Order: sequence, then structure tokens, then C-alpha cells
Amino acid sequence: MGMEDITGRPAPRSKRLTPLVWAQRNLFSSVSNTILTLVSAYLLWLTIPPVLDFTIFSAVWTGTTREACLAPGAGMCWPFIWANIDQFIYGRYPPEEIWRVNLTFALGAAVIIPMLIPGLPARRLNLVFLLIVYPLVAIVLLAGDRPGLRPVPTSEWGGLLVTLVVAVTGIVASLPLGVLLALGRRSNMPAIRMLCIIFIEFWRGVPLITVLFMASVMLPLFLPEGMNPDNLLRVLVGVALFSSAYMAEVIRGGLQAIPAGQYEAARALGLTYWQAMGQVVLPQALRHVIPGIVNTFIGLFKDTTLVLIVGIFDLLGQVRAQLSDPNWTLPQGALTGYIFAALVFWAFCFGMSRYSTFMERRLDTTRER
Amino acid sequence: MSDGNGKRLKVSDKAMIEMRGVNKWFGDFHVLKDIDLTVQEGERIVIAGPSGSGKSTLIRCINHLEPHDEGSIVIDGIELTEDLKRIDEVRREVGMVFQQFNLFPHMTVLENCTLAPLWVRKMPEKEARDLAMKFLERVRIPEQASKYPGQLSGGQQQRVAIARALCMNPKVMLFDEPTSALDPEMIKEVLDVMVELAQEGMTMLCVTHEMGFAREVANRVVFMDAGEIIEEAPPQEFFSAPKNARTKEFLAQVLAH
Repeated sequence: MGMEDITGRPAPRSKRLTPLVWAQRNLFSSVSNTILTLVSAYLLWLTIPPVLDFTIFSAVWTGTTREACLAPGAGMCWPFIWANIDQFIYGRYPPEEIWRVNLTFALGAAVIIPMLIPGLPARRLNLVFLLIVYPLVAIVLLAGDRPGLRPVPTSEWGGLLVTLVVAVTGIVASLPLGVLLALGRRSNMPAIRMLCIIFIEFWRGVPLITVLFMASVMLPLFLPEGMNPDNLLRVLVGVALFSSAYMAEVIRGGLQAIPAGQYEAARALGLTYWQAMGQVVLPQALRHVIPGIVNTFIGLFKDTTLVLIVGIFDLLGQVRAQLSDPNWTLPQGALTGYIFAALVFWAFCFGMSRYSTFMERRLDTTRER
Repeated sequence: MSDGNGKRLKVSDKAMIEMRGVNKWFGDFHVLKDIDLTVQEGERIVIAGPSGSGKSTLIRCINHLEPHDEGSIVIDGIELTEDLKRIDEVRREVGMVFQQFNLFPHMTVLENCTLAPLWVRKMPEKEARDLAMKFLERVRIPEQASKYPGQLSGGQQQRVAIARALCMNPKVMLFDEPTSALDPEMIKEVLDVMVELAQEGMTMLCVTHEMGFAREVANRVVFMDAGEIIEEAPPQEFFSAPKNARTKEFLAQVLAH
């Protein structure tokens, strides 16, 4: 191979650098860069080894009692997790009825996963299942409010089950509600516009904790005697309305990015307002704001931990509850529990994030210029 | 192509569009002033005038993209009021082509064309596809059917926009400066399609600065300035013997180069 190719131009310089050259160019190119590199390296050296030691090298992987984790210098105590895994997933749900929760999870996966794979047929039917049929089936299965199924009050639900119920309800309800609110806020009809603005600004203006307190403590005071909706149900409604206000503003951002000509062209063809929105404007607007929508979903998923303050035990709450179990008092107990909870939350949120990246890239091919 | 007097095509006595005493304001700005305009079935009207004279607003009133404040607009016997049903009825019969094409970028060319037949006419999918292909062939781009608008040139996009409007079998076609956003070398391909459409007897209202097109196909040229119709005449008369001083000034500017 010569230095020149057949065009007579010099061969392009290789992009591959030896590690030494790479380091010199990127890490030690100037005095200030060298200082920054050294300080960063020192900080990493201070933090990374202890973390790896606790979570991996000194972690206790097997065992059934706390004694397994009492060795000096022992790290993350997995026996604590395994011993309490049922509580973490199902809370105080009666053990002999746990199959109902598992069935609900399995059905949920069966409905949601086909929804997420682009290009599958019968998506409309699938959406009807997800939005209408599945919630009803899930309520019957989980609450058992039918003959043949033992009723399980929501006060016995807990752990990941509650986290998922709150998050999925919030996510599934906030998207359609958010779309309606965003359209309403841009409506020509002053009454509708005003109502939507008031709704959005009210729910956006109060902290989620306030919403939860109101739903759980204040609301029963205002309701007529004898009418006492379930605590979890009240929280679900509160979370759904709260997140739909955020969603509305994200979607409104997307709607504003669509030129007026798109809507006009659709109307000029004879499409009605809802057809023009549903077929032309919204598909483009939602595509623009996938990152914002997923951002809201992720925020909502993590905010579900706040239900702890109204006495509902989500995954994090259940982990905290098990920490006070006298059988499992351990010096590294709290750290173990929180790292486990963080791992579970991270797995769900990272999954959503990866999926949104995938969808963005997939949908982008239609917009190439 | 021209026969000298621009009247080779038959024009029926039936009024397709009747505008009587139409007034419109944008806030304090009086954008349309006492517009009276009648268009017979099969007539081809070119609306000319300086920018900001209300040409686009006028044709946008015809399919109620802009509501008018006073006067009456009757399209093929249907009067435009605030009644949404009537507005939709009129829009089904009136096709429109925009300066910025306004194709739907998230749909293929074919889907752009079948959208309205499927949703508005409730046509079966196969039939809508055949119809769309027929019109795509007429505008000479059937081979682009599965592409997205962003992959086409401006001239091709505008021809798709024309095909999309034709798929609704409109009785009237409105063109709002259809060639103004195009590179010069693409103007001809779009004008050719429009000339063919005119020769087939389509009732057309066209806002354009293409005076060659006006000479070739228009029955009448309508000249607007400051929201008023100043002059209305067959193209020959309009170009050779304009009556109004403002018309003369305008023609001197557009025909200078």
C-alpha cells in the first residue's frame, strides 16, 4: 500500500491512534487538561474501588440467615434480599393468592409487549385491550371483587406490585388525557381553553406530595358520609391527573412545532377536526416529543415512591419496612436494601429510555431530507 | 397551446362560486373590501396583484380556511356559514394547492393521496389506492408512490399535492401561489400539469405571478390591490389595454423582466 491511492491524492490519515498518542491528544494536551485528568483519576480511584468491593467482591451471594452476612468487611447482603423477595414484589398480598398477581403481570406483558413492537398487525384492537379490557381484568384479578376470588383489600397490596400499578395507571392515563388537555389549551373555544389552562396550571402548581395528602386525607372529609373510595384508588386518580398536566405541556410543545399548513391542508381535504388531528397533526407532534414524553414517564415512575407518605408501601417503602425486621438487623442492611431498590428502578427506567431511543431512530427514517 | 382568445374551452352558465359583498378584517386591517366575484363552471380565473393585496385571503375564504365577516359566499349552491357540516361539505368539493405544498411528511406519497378518500369518502382501500395511482400517473410521478415527501424535489412535491387534491374529485381547484416556492427549473413541470387540468375543463382559481400561465389558460384575470378587485378582464384585454393606473403600474413591474 502506497501513500497515494489511484486518484493521486494522499491516502487519508488513519483514524486509529495508538493508546499513547490518543492519551496525549485527549488527556494531556495542555497544562489545565493534565491537571483535570489527574484530579479526575484521583476521584475515580477514591470512589470506584469501594463501590465495586461492596457490590461485587465482598458481596455475600448465598445463605439464608443474617449470620451469613455478619463476617467483618462483608458487602452487599443478598440473603436479605432473597429472604424478603416476596414482600418486595407483592407486599402483604396473601401468599396463597400470589398467582393472581403473577397472572396480572403476565397478562400485562402480553398486552404491552406487542404494543411496543412496531409493524405488528391489529394494533387498534391491541390498544382497546390495553386501555379498556386489561385494566378491568387486572382490577378483578387483583382486588378479587368477584365470586370465587377471595377479596384482597388494597391495604394488603405492596412492593413492586403497587409501584407498577401506580406507574402504569399514571402512564396509560396521562397520555390520552395529556393529548386532550394540550388540544384544549390550543382550542379556539375560549371556555374550553380556559378550563384546560386552569386545570394544567393547578395540577402543575402543586407538589405531588400535596396531591397525595389531599387525595388521601382531605378528600374523605369533603365527600358525603358513607362514600369512601379506596385509598389506593384516590391516589391513582391523583397521580393520573397530576401527570396528565405535565404530559399536556410536553405534547403542546410538539403541537407548536407543526406548521399551521399541515392542519389547513388536512381540513382543506375535507377531514374533520378530529381526523386532521388524529391522522396528520398528532402523529407528527408526538414524534417530535418522544424524548419529553419518556422523560415524563420516567419521572412519574420514580415519583411513585412518594405514595409511602400516605401509608401505601411501594417497592421502596417495602424495602424500608423489611429493614426494621429484627431478624435482619445488619450494619450493611440499609445500604443493601437501597442498592437493590435502585437497581430495580434503574432497570425499568433504562428500559424505557432505550426503547424511546429505538423508536426515535426508527421513526426518523420517514423524515430524512 | 393558446388559441388566441383563451376561450376555446366551454364554460357553462352555471355559477360555481358566487361571492357577494364579502368583507373581512384581520383585527383593524381591512383585508377584503366588498368583493363581488362570480365564477362559472369550467372557468379559469387568475388572480393577480401586489403582495398583501388580499389575493390569498380571498381564495382561502372560498373553502373557509379563513372565515369572512360580511357578505355571502355560495359554492355550487351551498352557502358558507358557520355551520360546520356545510363547511365540510364545501371542502369535500373544493381542492386546494398551497404555496408550501403542505404534504404530510410522515406519510408516503401514496398515503398522502389516499388519506382523504379513505377517511372522508369512506372509500375501500383498494379503490382509494387505484384512484391515487391514476392521479399520480396523470401528474407523471407514479414511480415515487412509496417514497416520503422529504425525498422528492419541490416540483415533484407540488405535483403530488395536486394529485392529492384531485383524488377527492373536486369541482373546483384553488391554487395559492403554487409555483412561488419552487426553484425556476421546476416551475414548468408544475405549470404543465395545471395547463392540462385546465384543458380538461376543471374550474380553477389561481393566485399566481406567472403571467404566461394567465395568458395561456385564463378566461379572466382578476387584479386586486389593497383588498379590492380593481379590474377584471380577459387576458388579452388585461395585458394589452389595462384600464386602471394601478394595473398598469403592476404590469409594468411584472412584465419588465
